[in-house]
This record gives sequence, C-alpha cells and structure tokens, in this order.
Amino acid sequence: MKNEFKVIADLVEKNTRVLDVGCADGVLMEFLRDNKNIDIRGLEISKNKVQKCIEKGLTVIEGNAEFDLKQFPDKSFDYVVLSQTLQAFLNPELVINELLRVGKKAIVTIPNFGYWKVRLHLLLKGTMPVTETLPDQWYNTPNLHMCTIKDFVYFVRSRNFKIFKSLALNEKNTSLINNKNLEIKNLFSDLGIFLIEK
Amino acid sequence: MNKEINLKTLLVKKPLKLDCGKTINNFPIAYETYGTLNEKKDNAILVFHALTGDQFVAGLNPVTNKDGWWSYAVGPNKSIDTNKYFVICSNVIGGCLGSFGPSHKDPDTQKVFGTNFPVITINDMVNAQYNLIDHFGIDKLFSIVGGSMGGMQVLQFISNYPDKAKTVIPIACTSSHSAQNIAFNELGRQAIAADSNWNDGNYNTKNTIPNKGLAVARMAAHITYLSKKGLQEKFGRKLQEREDLKFGFDADFQIESYLRYQGSVFVDRFDANSYLYITRAMDYFDLAKQFNGNLSDAFKDTNAKFFVISFTSDWLYPTQENKDIVIALNAIGADVGFVEIESDKGHDSFLLDVPEFLNALKNFLDKSYATV
Repeated sequence: MKNEFKVIADLVEKNTRVLDVGCADGVLMEFLRDNKNIDIRGLEISKNKVQKCIEKGLTVIEGNAEFDLKQFPDKSFDYVVLSQTLQAFLNPELVINELLRVGKKAIVTIPNFGYWKVRLHLLLKGTMPVTETLPDQWYNTPNLHMCTIKDFVYFVRSRNFKIFKSLALNEKNTSLINNKNLEIKNLFSDLGIFLIEK
Repeated sequence: MNKEINLKTLLVKKPLKLDCGKTINNFPIAYETYGTLNEKKDNAILVFHALTGDQFVAGLNPVTNKDGWWSYAVGPNKSIDTNKYFVICSNVIGGCLGSFGPSHKDPDTQKVFGTNFPVITINDMVNAQYNLIDHFGIDKLFSIVGGSMGGMQVLQFISNYPDKAKTVIPIACTSSHSAQNIAFNELGRQAIAADSNWNDGNYNTKNTIPNKGLAVARMAAHITYLSKKGLQEKFGRKLQEREDLKFGFDADFQIESYLRYQGSVFVDRFDANSYLYITRAMDYFDLAKQFNGNLSDAFKDTNAKFFVISFTSDWLYPTQENKDIVIALNAIGADVGFVEIESDKGHDSFLLDVPEFLNALKNFLDKSYATV
C-alpha cells in the first residue's frame, strides 16, 4: 500500500464510518475495513474499478462525485476521503463543500504543483511538468484545476474551514506543515494531506 | 400448457388478505428448489421471477423442454451457485404454472375464475411466497434476488419482512411503475381484450384461446426488452428467406419473422388472463406511495446489505429508476452498493450471457456469504 494511504489510515479513528470518494480499486477501503474495523463505503466512477471492489467484497456505488454526493445526508460519515482527485473536478469548491457536508471531517490529499521538481521542469524545459505524481501530458491529463499546498491552505483559510492536521509527503518522509514552514513544505513536498472540518 | 406434469405445490391453509380487500385461503403455490438446504439453514436464496417467468429458474423446464429462464445465472458453479446455495423459486399468484391464478376454479362456484379472479398486487405475491420460508423452516434467507418484476418483489419483500434476508439484490427494476411502463402494459392488455376469442376472460367455456391478442401483446412487450442498437445489430434490414421485398404483408424482414415467432411460442406456454393480472400488479406497484411518498421509509427497519444493478441500454427500467432506490437507501445510511453494467442487450440483459453482470452477482454473493 502506498505511503499516502498509510498516512490517511493513521488519521482515521477506529470503529468509524468512512466514505472513500473516488475509491478506485478499493486498496485503502480494504485496509481500513480489515485493520481499523471501519464501516467503509466507496464512490467510484469507473465501472472496471467498481467491479474490482465487488471482487473484494467492498460496498461501492458507481457514481460521479460532482453529482452523486448529494444523495448522502448531512454528517452521515465520520470521515470522507478524497485522494488526489480534487484537481480533476469541474468545480472543486463545490465538491469540497459537499465533502464537508456529508462528512463530519474530510481528508483531502492534493498533488503539489509547487513541488520543486514541478517548478524546475517548467522553468528549465518550458513545457508542462510531468512527474511521478503527475504522469500525464497536458493534452491527456484528467487534471483541470492544479494547485499547490500553499494554494490549498489559503483556500481553506479563506472559507473558514478548520484544519486539524496538515501533512506533507515527499517520496519517503511525512512531516507536519505549519505557518512557519509552509514555504519550505510547499517547495519540497510532492503531496499534501489535510484533515479538515467545516 | 396443459401437459400432465407433476408440479411441486404448497397448499397454503393460512388465510391471506389481499390488497383488493378479498381474502384467499387453501390456495396452492407452485415452487421448485435447487441445491441443498444446509443444516444451519443459512444458505437459502429466494429468487423472484419476472412477468412471464415461472418456478423453473434453472436446469430443464419440464413444461417447455427448454432451459430454465435464468440458466445463465443459476446452477452448479454459476453466479447463484446451486452447489453452495439452496435456491427456491415459486410461480407468483396470478400466474399460470400451478400457483393460484385465473385459470383455477373458484371453489364457491366450481367455475374457472377468469376475470373473476381477484386483482392481485406485488405485495400479495410476496406475502403468498413468504409461506415457503415457513414451510422450509428458514429463519433468515441468505439472499433475495430478482430482475424486473422480480426486483419489485425483492423490494416489497424486504420492506414487509425487514429481518428475513441478509442480502437483497434488486436488478433492472423500479420502486414505482412509470407512466411509460403502464402504457406498454395497457397496450398488451388491450391487444388481448381485442381478440374476440378472449370473450371477457371466459374463453375456457368456449374452448378457445385469445392467442392472436396474446401474441401481439408479447410482440409489443418483447420490443421493450431489447435495445435499438441490439435490434439493429442483430436484424438490421435483413430479409427473411427471400432475395427481395415481396410487396405484401408477409414477414419480409427478419425482425418481423422473429417477433411473430416470439408471439407464437409464448401463447403455448402462457395464459392470457394471467398476463392481464400480472401486468396489472406491476402497474399498481408504487412502494414509495405505501410509505406516504418517502421510499426510504420502506427500508428503515432492515439491516440487510443491498446490491442494486442496472444496465446501460435498459430503457424500460432505466438506470435512473434503479439509482432512485440507491438514493433512498443512502438517505438512511443503509449498506448499499450499486453498479450499472455496460450492455447493448436492453432490459433482457439480466437474463442473458452478460459476463460482467454474472461476475458481479457471483462476487457479491460469495463475498457476502463469507462475511454476513
């Protein structure tokens, strides 16, 4: 299981109810179900990936987060997880609002466009950055709204959401983000993980 | 239809109050079982059939000498694995393969009911079938499964008996019959009524069958079970055993010949009055209405695990109507999964060899059996 999922799993308390939005083939769901006794549900747009989840005995609803989150009642989950998908929505702000309505807390991870490799790629090569976290070309990427860790922190503050925990990931290390190190983390992390509440 | 075949039946002695107000008792339910009920009696699956189905869900149907109607899904090592599960399927009341229906004699008058048979509902059907669970001494079914009208029965069953099934699989169905579906059913009923042999439902007294009307009803309905793309790919404008158009009204096109054939084989196995009664039951089905317009309330007392399945090309019970069930379940935090299967075989997809559907069904059942 990738490091990002381990960090997310650590943020989730045992014996809670979790919705994994864009759960893909259910790797995180399976881990949470088997290791933390989580009552876990998934929402996934890809038919193939939904089938993979069914093979694992996971409860998944085929659907699109931009339209299908509205069927869940307010605060019906303890946590709603959104892993590296926010930037692919037509309207990320609407999705964030929905996550925070449906979940008591939301865990959102974002690929950091402020990462030094991304900046350097654009600076030196003059073409749109392609990295391990952002492997697609500009013409076939699903990403519509890239942001940096700093952008996301500013956005969350501007909406007066509470940030319980901000974590920065680079290949191996996880570290806390705070006001003092925001510039540094924004430069040296390829992924940001945020536990937030409305 | 009238071949002498020994049908398994359960005679229900307990009175059953129907939605129409009448009460029936001492009525037969014809059923079939597959596989073996284990000692713990925790491996039973109740399968509900669709409009023109019957109790012969798998294996060879002794009446038609054809495969059971759900042979792709039910049988040894199939999605509903009869090596593992004990499958029960019964003919709905109002039907014509042994269960209490309009071709039976009214015990009071000793005359065939015909249209004097009481109008029945989906609710009546599942309440009647519940007697089978008692009969086998099953406390809780492992699963209830059905497509189309079978799916409606699944929804009604879990609403009536919220703690009697662990898993619930409504397929290609709806919680409320749409105007379009009522319209198609009415077309079928009017085709039957327009056949002079129908004789207001008393055709048995004249030893005739309204086979033309029933065949037209079947032809019209059959079109609604397919998709435009599926029809186009299978038939296109291909001609039936001829080089060119004949400038007449014979079946020039293969699709015409196919529909005529479907109509003709149907009248051999199905009773016209049963067709009226069962389509009426479908039209009356509106589960939300039973709960003052709140569909979620139909499921509020159950802890069952739901799995809703729809098909992309099903325009009779489209994905959105299936999703409405999912939405109602999510609104009360129920355990519900949902998948829309890609298929160009229309509403009939659930009866056909659609591997992604059959795999999903198998995986859901087998994984759930290991955990719930």
